[in-house]
Amino acid sequence: MTEKEEEKFQKDLSSILDYFKILEELDTKNIQPTFHPTENFLAEKGNVFRKDEEKLEPEELAKKLVEAVPEKSNGFVKVKAIFE
Amino acid sequence: MNNMDFCKLSIAEIHKGLIKKDFSSEDVTKSFLDSIKNKDKDINAYLEVTEDLAVSEAKKIDKEIFEGKKISELAGVPVAIKDAILVRGLKNTCASKILENYIAPYDATCVKKLKENGAVILGKTNLDEFAMGASTENSAFFPTKNPRDLKRVPGGSSGGSASAVAANMCAYSLGSDTGGSIRQPASFCGVVGLKPTYGAVSRCGLVAFASSLDQIGPITKTAEDAQIVFNVIAGRDKMDSTSVDFKIKNTGFKIKNSKIGIPKEYFIGGLDKKVEKIIKNAIKKIEGMGAEIEEISLPFTKYAVPVYYLVCTSEASANLARYDGIKYGLSKGEGNNLLDVYLQSRGKGFGQEVKRRIMLGTYALSSGYYDAYYLKAQKVRTLIRGDFEKAFKKVDAIFCPTSPHTAFKIGEKVSDPLSMYLEDIYTVSVNLAGLCAISVPAGLADGLPVGLQIIGNYFEENKILEIAKVF
Repeated sequence: MTEKEEEKFQKDLSSILDYFKILEELDTKNIQPTFHPTENFLAEKGNVFRKDEEKLEPEELAKKLVEAVPEKSNGFVKVKAIFE
Repeated sequence: MNNMDFCKLSIAEIHKGLIKKDFSSEDVTKSFLDSIKNKDKDINAYLEVTEDLAVSEAKKIDKEIFEGKKISELAGVPVAIKDAILVRGLKNTCASKILENYIAPYDATCVKKLKENGAVILGKTNLDEFAMGASTENSAFFPTKNPRDLKRVPGGSSGGSASAVAANMCAYSLGSDTGGSIRQPASFCGVVGLKPTYGAVSRCGLVAFASSLDQIGPITKTAEDAQIVFNVIAGRDKMDSTSVDFKIKNTGFKIKNSKIGIPKEYFIGGLDKKVEKIIKNAIKKIEGMGAEIEEISLPFTKYAVPVYYLVCTSEASANLARYDGIKYGLSKGEGNNLLDVYLQSRGKGFGQEVKRRIMLGTYALSSGYYDAYYLKAQKVRTLIRGDFEKAFKKVDAIFCPTSPHTAFKIGEKVSDPLSMYLEDIYTVSVNLAGLCAISVPAGLADGLPVGLQIIGNYFEENKILEIAKVF
């Protein structure tokens, strides 16, 4: 980010955050948050897990996924060293 | 029939012509491709046109018709797909430099369903980068113009999808709506746009912006068409655990003696007088058909935009963490330092608005600010939802404008993010509550289209679609 960008972002973000302050006037102490608006309509509430069984995807899909990796080697994703 | 006239037909009309063998899918597809060639150099709705694929798909359907097979209403009908929805084997850029060369490895569930129904895909349409914007000016490649007035924006973020339908460069399109991204461009371009109930359509294969708000929906020429597409793409999908198994209901809904709510908070300062008049006329029209009009109150309306921008930026900052330059997409970074790869790939790959939203969202989720911003917003979201739950105990649907004004000029708001955020004032509450809503053309103000927004209760798409057919 350039210095000029930094300045612009600072200005934008502080005016947006000022605008968000309007929420402070509401008392929400006893209100439950809404994380999922139509959760009540699901057959299974809360976290939904897939069955614990082997999931066989076509080999072609795995190949395609690896093809999209910028740096790869023998079908593996190559990552730069994490430890010095 | 003249070639260009095919392009003006609705899905239902094309289907009728195909089964009566008045024309072939190849005829229709080729006229749309010609239409794109003629017009898209001025409008820039498409990021990619898949001519060969479309023609070969059309020929396949023609063969089925020739063989006397029964075809779906969408078979052989040309469609455009927003470039945030994966179509296997095609580039999916999301109008971002970070995904400029990304090729979709699988079909989005809704695309799979369209293909199973014989849809002819014409190509991928432009959007605001990662669907973040209300004008399609935030595309990393080029802005899309409004076909009704080329000096104006088509709205956003599904601006390419809406302008392609409006300019007869496809029979219908798919868009996605996080805070109004289907309805507002439909309103600006004078077409129909349906945002389904959260969970009605699988989000599998839609590039995630804000996961608790995003929904895929159709942009069409008529309400009847929107219903046809919705009925195909809706339904529970095991690949999206938030999708809901619901019964399509309200098919026999009657307007006579139904109740329409008019939220008083949506008709105050900031609403253009000419837009207001057109919406009031639409209300009179439905009243004339025997509906009962009732003023309602949605008192938490004024908090919707700040709540929306806190929730959507927080979710976006988490969702966009996956663009790390390692797994796919743009990868930059010299030397041996992993952090450099992250910073440089993201620094070069993301545009200004995306960066702004990641910063806002990261801030709202950070330790010490989480309660004050993110959690507070999610609690106020419950109050906004409560407003609607109360209202829908009394009324069948809610009428209001889709946008406070008609399409604005290109460049008019692009440098002031807050004024762009306020564009979403009439649309974001619907996403926060998870309801369904449709924008239908209700008239012209100074030659520019005005959209009427009809908001419906959870999974009552068919009710608002029936009402929308009146306009």
